[in-house]
Amino acid sequence: MNRLKFGWGILPVAIFLAIWEGVSRLNLIPGHFFFPPLSTVMQEFYYLIANGVLTDNFLRSLVRVLIGFSAGSVAGIGMGIMMGYKKTVNKALYPIISLLYPIPALGWLPILMLWVGIGEILPIMIIFICSFFPVIYNTITGIESVDKKLIKAAKTLGASDRHILYTVILPLALPNIFTGLRLEAGMAWRVIIAAEMVAIPTGIGALLMRAESLIRVDIIIVCLMVLSAMCFLFERFFLCLELKLTQKWR
Amino acid sequence: MTAIELKNISNSICQGINLKISEGELLVLTGPTGAGKTTLLNIIAGLVDYSGSIFFDSKPINAIPPQKRGVGYLFQDLALFPHLNVYANIAYGLNTERKSLKKVEEKVDSLLKLMNIEHLRDRYPKNLSGGEKQKVALSRTLAISPRILLLDEPFSNIDLRTRKYLRIELRSLQKRLSITTIFVTHNLIEAEEMGDRIAVLCKGKLEQVASSKELFFNPQNEQVIDFIGRPNILKCDSCRMLRGEVAEVKCGEISIIIPYEGGKINKILISPRDVYVSTMKPSTSVMNGYWGTIIKLIPLASIMRFQVKIKDNILLAELPKDLFREFGLKLGKKVFIILKFRGIRVC
Repeated sequence: MNRLKFGWGILPVAIFLAIWEGVSRLNLIPGHFFFPPLSTVMQEFYYLIANGVLTDNFLRSLVRVLIGFSAGSVAGIGMGIMMGYKKTVNKALYPIISLLYPIPALGWLPILMLWVGIGEILPIMIIFICSFFPVIYNTITGIESVDKKLIKAAKTLGASDRHILYTVILPLALPNIFTGLRLEAGMAWRVIIAAEMVAIPTGIGALLMRAESLIRVDIIIVCLMVLSAMCFLFERFFLCLELKLTQKWR
Repeated sequence: MTAIELKNISNSICQGINLKISEGELLVLTGPTGAGKTTLLNIIAGLVDYSGSIFFDSKPINAIPPQKRGVGYLFQDLALFPHLNVYANIAYGLNTERKSLKKVEEKVDSLLKLMNIEHLRDRYPKNLSGGEKQKVALSRTLAISPRILLLDEPFSNIDLRTRKYLRIELRSLQKRLSITTIFVTHNLIEAEEMGDRIAVLCKGKLEQVASSKELFFNPQNEQVIDFIGRPNILKCDSCRMLRGEVAEVKCGEISIIIPYEGGKINKILISPRDVYVSTMKPSTSVMNGYWGTIIKLIPLASIMRFQVKIKDNILLAELPKDLFREFGLKLGKKVFIILKFRGIRVC
């Protein structure tokens, strides 16, 4: 049954790739230079890995995403917990967070370029901002959605406020927190590529821009495929982790 | 065993409540929806703000937080932790006491055995039936060896058969452990079966605290009567035991079969809600069925209350107004009434 389902999932992809290869090889689209066949793209993919260009740029982007996303998420969860749990902290910080949240991560790029200069800190800070605000919101929502009766029950069973936070509130807020992490994990890759295209000379985004200036559509497609794969893998990773931690009781 | 005393307890819902509950007593707290029953439990547990004083064994506990009051609280919707399995749910309160793992395991195992739910040990609440959840929640509450047990309509979401079984189980457990208990319900049969005394709360005020017999035979005011129903009280002239727990009493010219638990019977009481009314006699033979005539109508908001004369007795009955019209009932109409056997109380 699962195999059958997998087959139905893979079939449209296989048909799409076959059409792509066929249309390009048969020159059905004028200006085939701008539309290389799949086989040429895969060949270029292999060359870029073999000569280390893709690996080098990919690793730079990966490290930036991992550092920026981890820091943003940890800070976002921490801040979200404080704001969701302590009403006074929420009242104090909510107006500031509400004002800053709507600014798109890339909107910070010009001011950050002036503040921290063009270096490794810049993309990491952009990813930090991209992850931080949405994770705060999801964490607050998760904490506030915990049934108040459960907290009362824990109190009558003798649990201290801290014990209740760790044993009741946070475990039950996990699904919401993971929703935030999952969405932002993919978004972090989209943002880093955009930031590298605009302001950073290294990384997958920068490689994309160089390929565009050389009119190397095959390299552009390779970069887009890597981006797509990383967004998918990051989102999947958090989905699997969420299921592992919460599926038993949800 | 702990005695409870409430002195002038008030908050936005409850008004000046004074109440004493003896050690090991099971007090049923009843009243219409919105009367403040749950709020009063929350006050005793320390979960909401209030003014006035609460004493456990004559010691004031106002300043003591809910965590340290030693109150076991069974919530209406049970409030089982969905992310913890049965074992972890029951062990939750014990873990907060920092007991050794072995002691925790022993205690949880003994409760699983006591409630006969050992097979549910590793299950999560989402995989439990209503009755099973009930037992797990009760085990979790008892695990911390509470001084006082607060039970908020614990059987409200359970089918009738399981409810009856759990009622008996809970009552015998409460007696065995001698825990002072407050049991909230708005089911009067449940109140009568469970309670040593019954307290009626209406609009945040405690209207009457009495034994079930006293409450039903001598309701203190209109609020209590409105809640329990204005009773039909019939004087018994003679009594004849039929078998086991059934007797026949003569009230004027009619004879009534009643549940009998021994002793002399002076009066019997039946609520108008337990008087069934029909325009025709059922084809099968019926117990406590009589022809009578409607002699007076007392229209209320949504129900029609009316007096039915049966020989030399007058009984109050009531029907929803639309049903009353549907039956074509009016003054002087002949009706067949049946007295619900289990609704008859004796004094």
